[in-house]
Amino acid sequence: MSDIVEVDARRLFCPLPVIRLQNCINKQIAGTRVRVVSTDPGSMNDIPTWCRINGHQVLESQERDREYIFLVQKGDDGSEG
Amino acid sequence: MTRKAVALISGGLDSLLAARLIQQQGIQVEGINFYTGFCVEGHTHAIRSRDRKRAKRNNALWVAEQLGIKLHIIDIVEEYKDVVINPKHGYGANLNPCLDCKIFMVRKAHEWIRDNGFDFIITGEVIGQRPKSQRKRCMPVIASESGADDLLLRPLCAKNLPATLPEREGWIERELLRDFSGRSRKPQMALATEFGFDDYAQPAGGCCFLTDHTYSVKLQDLWDNRGNREYELDDIMLLKVGRHIRPSKHFKLIIAREEGENNFLSGYKNQFQSIKTVSHPGPLALIEGEPLDDSQVELACAITARFSKGRDADSVELRFSNGGQDSRSVHVKPLTADQIKQDWIIA
Ligand code: SF4
Repeated sequence: MSDIVEVDARRLFCPLPVIRLQNCINKQIAGTRVRVVSTDPGSMNDIPTWCRINGHQVLESQERDREYIFLVQKGDDGSEG
Repeated sequence: MTRKAVALISGGLDSLLAARLIQQQGIQVEGINFYTGFCVEGHTHAIRSRDRKRAKRNNALWVAEQLGIKLHIIDIVEEYKDVVINPKHGYGANLNPCLDCKIFMVRKAHEWIRDNGFDFIITGEVIGQRPKSQRKRCMPVIASESGADDLLLRPLCAKNLPATLPEREGWIERELLRDFSGRSRKPQMALATEFGFDDYAQPAGGCCFLTDHTYSVKLQDLWDNRGNREYELDDIMLLKVGRHIRPSKHFKLIIAREEGENNFLSGYKNQFQSIKTVSHPGPLALIEGEPLDDSQVELACAITARFSKGRDADSVELRFSNGGQDSRSVHVKPLTADQIKQDWIIA
């Protein structure tokens, strides 16, 4: 199993957590897993939506102590650079 | 060969329709959305407690999903400052530099298509829809000053404008584009029904806080009292939150109006001087400006106490903190409503 790349998007508001995740994923190769932690409840919608439309997979999502944590895997088609 | 277009997606109905019209002609469309820091999207909903529970969505993402297209969200906070601070074409009714903003966004989209091998740009603009940037004479200004020229296609009003390159080259059939103009929304709603879109975001003023009067007053106040027009992302975020009261040129108070704003402002306690009521339930207030002297601390505390549950008490205890380092307790008599001067209240 390859390492997980971490993205800290705490204290940022929509759409910045998505932007942080996007900018990180764009630099990875397909199959890389990225964990993003956000405190904006909007992330519960925005991050899965962004992943769906851009062809990435949300492997896990959880809410813990007002933090929203997603484990995302970069899709094959996500080579937007 | 499949031609590729990038659509400027604001999250409103017009960009949704424009993109769909082009998709229908067999063009591969992807979306681009710009984050300026002033976007209305989400922020206040996320901050205010009463809004937190309301289902919210990012409209640009929603539009992209409806269209089944990829969406690239681009952070332009830094570069956008120059648009807000020095708009060549001036402001609209508030501090909204709409024409310069459009030119800037189309210019960025033009750079993007060159870097990513796309053929042209589409927007949901409609002639005469908004007072300033969407007048007929503005359309060529946006196309030429952005450098996009005839690579910029507005599918909703294309038939009222000269043919663009995608039309002349036959990538796009001009006859299938529209000739919308003016402020009526009826043609857009009819087209939305035809395409089977419902539940789209209703246009509520502009797409950003700069069209909001109270927000613009607060931004202007910030500039006037700093003596320059620079700003940071934190500044413009804080203008979206709380009651802003300026009892002196040297400082202003940002007083939380409810729990969610309290939580939001407390994230800034290490960067700002702050005041919190101790003896009674009350708001957190941040102080934006120079370090306060003793009499200013007293005044700031007496104002903050006015907005606490102890507003009618003889004495209220508050804690004044110096950017999260040292703090001390202060006892004051809250100001009365009359003592809070009208011209202190920015918004
Ligand atoms: S309303 Fe705001 S985002 Fe929209 S064009 Fe005007 S300045 Fe730009």
